[in-house]
Amino acid sequence: MYNENIFDYMRTEKLPHIWCPGCGHGIITASIVRAISNLKLDKNNIAFVSGIGCSGRTPGYLDFNTLHTTHGRSLTFSTGIKMAKPKLKVINVLGDGDALAIGGNHFIHACRRNIDITAIIYNNSIYGMTGGQFSPTTPDGFIASTTPYGNCDPSFDVVKLASAAGASFVARGDAFHVLQLDKILQKAIDHKGFSVVDVLTTCPTQLGRRNKMKKPWENLDYIANQTVSIKKYETMSENEKQGKFPIGIFIEEKRDEYVETYTKRVINKAKGRK
Amino acid sequence: MSKQKVMMGNHALSYGAVVSKVNVISAYPITPQTQVVELLSELCSNGALDSEFIKVESEHSAMAACIGASAVGARTFTATSAQGLALMHEMLHWAVGARTPVVMGNINRSMGPPWTIWSEQTDSLSQRDTGWLQIYASSNQEVYDSVPIAFKIAEHKKVQLPVMVVLDAFFLSHTSENVMMMDLDKAETYLPKYKPKHKLDVNEPYTFGALTTPEWYYELRYKIQKAHENAISVIEEAQSEFKDMFGREYGLVEEYKTADADTILVAISTAASTAKDTVDELREKGVKAGLLRLRFVRPFPFKKVREVLSSAKKILVLDRNLSPGIGGIIFQEIKSAMYNESNKAPIYGFIAGLGGRDITTETIHNIFEEAEKQDPKNIIWMEVKA
Repeated sequence: MYNENIFDYMRTEKLPHIWCPGCGHGIITASIVRAISNLKLDKNNIAFVSGIGCSGRTPGYLDFNTLHTTHGRSLTFSTGIKMAKPKLKVINVLGDGDALAIGGNHFIHACRRNIDITAIIYNNSIYGMTGGQFSPTTPDGFIASTTPYGNCDPSFDVVKLASAAGASFVARGDAFHVLQLDKILQKAIDHKGFSVVDVLTTCPTQLGRRNKMKKPWENLDYIANQTVSIKKYETMSENEKQGKFPIGIFIEEKRDEYVETYTKRVINKAKGRK
Repeated sequence: MSKQKVMMGNHALSYGAVVSKVNVISAYPITPQTQVVELLSELCSNGALDSEFIKVESEHSAMAACIGASAVGARTFTATSAQGLALMHEMLHWAVGARTPVVMGNINRSMGPPWTIWSEQTDSLSQRDTGWLQIYASSNQEVYDSVPIAFKIAEHKKVQLPVMVVLDAFFLSHTSENVMMMDLDKAETYLPKYKPKHKLDVNEPYTFGALTTPEWYYELRYKIQKAHENAISVIEEAQSEFKDMFGREYGLVEEYKTADADTILVAISTAASTAKDTVDELREKGVKAGLLRLRFVRPFPFKKVREVLSSAKKILVLDRNLSPGIGGIIFQEIKSAMYNESNKAPIYGFIAGLGGRDITTETIHNIFEEAEKQDPKNIIWMEVKA
């Protein structure tokens, strides 16, 4: 797993990062960089985009063409980048509130178009940066600063949402099973079309502290116990499936990519080409 | 005897909503506003506040939920900041056109990019054309008191418009000050239950927001302008009644040593309270300085501003905001207010403290000094790094 080349892709002068001690975001970020390094991608050919929240800080530490955009709208910025410069590899990191609450609409429409962007969701089930408000993936009954008596809102399943909306690559990984995450991210970035990776991660400061997982390892342990492989999940009874998240690749299909389709069916015709 | 509590500006805003007995609160998290709604959601959950707390997926939805709740006759409250306020923009116009008396706290934060969370007034001042009334507070006590005052004005049948209570990020939002609390029963006498003239009611059906042709839309806009004009006397009455009941006095503007002043500085928010110290120091040196703080920016207190500035020899305007291409927003407003007046004193516009940079007494001393050397035709930038 150790990859001495990852610092070639990082703005090391910006380190240490501002994430809290024990936060899982650093684990995901390193995994993304290893995936890029393993794919031997030219860093000058990558546009790395984020929205708002703790995940939004990620591009600050990475030595790509980076864009830190507004809350929930990062996929629309990415869509503009990809349409204007189709040769760029566009990687977009989002938080759970960012992708699924304020940006939910943009998320499903990016999936629907199958545009060649990799969307990686740092899913820690909470609004960490603003002080621990519950998000669309906060589990049932969990305490957040805006649910002092436990969350009663049902949560989104990112995998089901992205699959139904039309993404051609859909996977889930987590900050505990890092070797698997490296492989999933590598495939997601390499995939042509809209790829979604839901990465379950920790927030000991805002989620763990209020839900008996104050120590970072307790929060990580919770993630480890929550996740099972897709293969095992399929053999489990409905009862056993409760509260479990299958991890692995759910959808990996070759489908028409949006920029290519648009060029072929609109631009070429508009310019009188066949 | 009234209870005293040391609290940050954000909590002063929350307790202002509590004392106003709001029925519905809807909000989305954004720094530096979050503690406002955190405290409210806690107070709703533990029964201290008998309100519905609606959790939404964006600020746009938060304002939409407030407008909907207000239309059925509920007293509604929300709070936001900067990017969140900008996202609400469509709904801000809607709240005015629908004549829903929503009250909102806005914590003044600079607009991105580049990303920033620190104080500046450009976010709320750039919403001044939506038709919301705007109160700019300079202390936590004023934040707390302004919430029930805002509801009283907003719900008045001669006004029926939403009101924004605005406070500076960190300088007030996260700074603790002593606040005199109101007795809940007394507050209810001051601000009785909201009884709208028209509301969505199955027993007495009305349609809100229907298509209106050019035949009548024009008159509805006219009525909104009239409501702004009516608001001046409604505000004066509401604040005079507040003084009688709670002993604290607020005006449309705050005057500080302006009566005999040669040079008057015009400012809003916390920069104005800092300026009081500078005025005192200048007075000690024999300089006849004064301060005019606009507490209300909408409705614009034309009469009061003209009165206070009528005999000034020099008028200085401090803006912690920027309308790129034209300069400070308050500077433009003061110039337009004074244009037809007989006092043709020069008006100087100063920009300072953008992005939350501190405005100190020294900054304000320098403003008074610069006014001696500068041409009022220029936008004067304070403390710009070379």
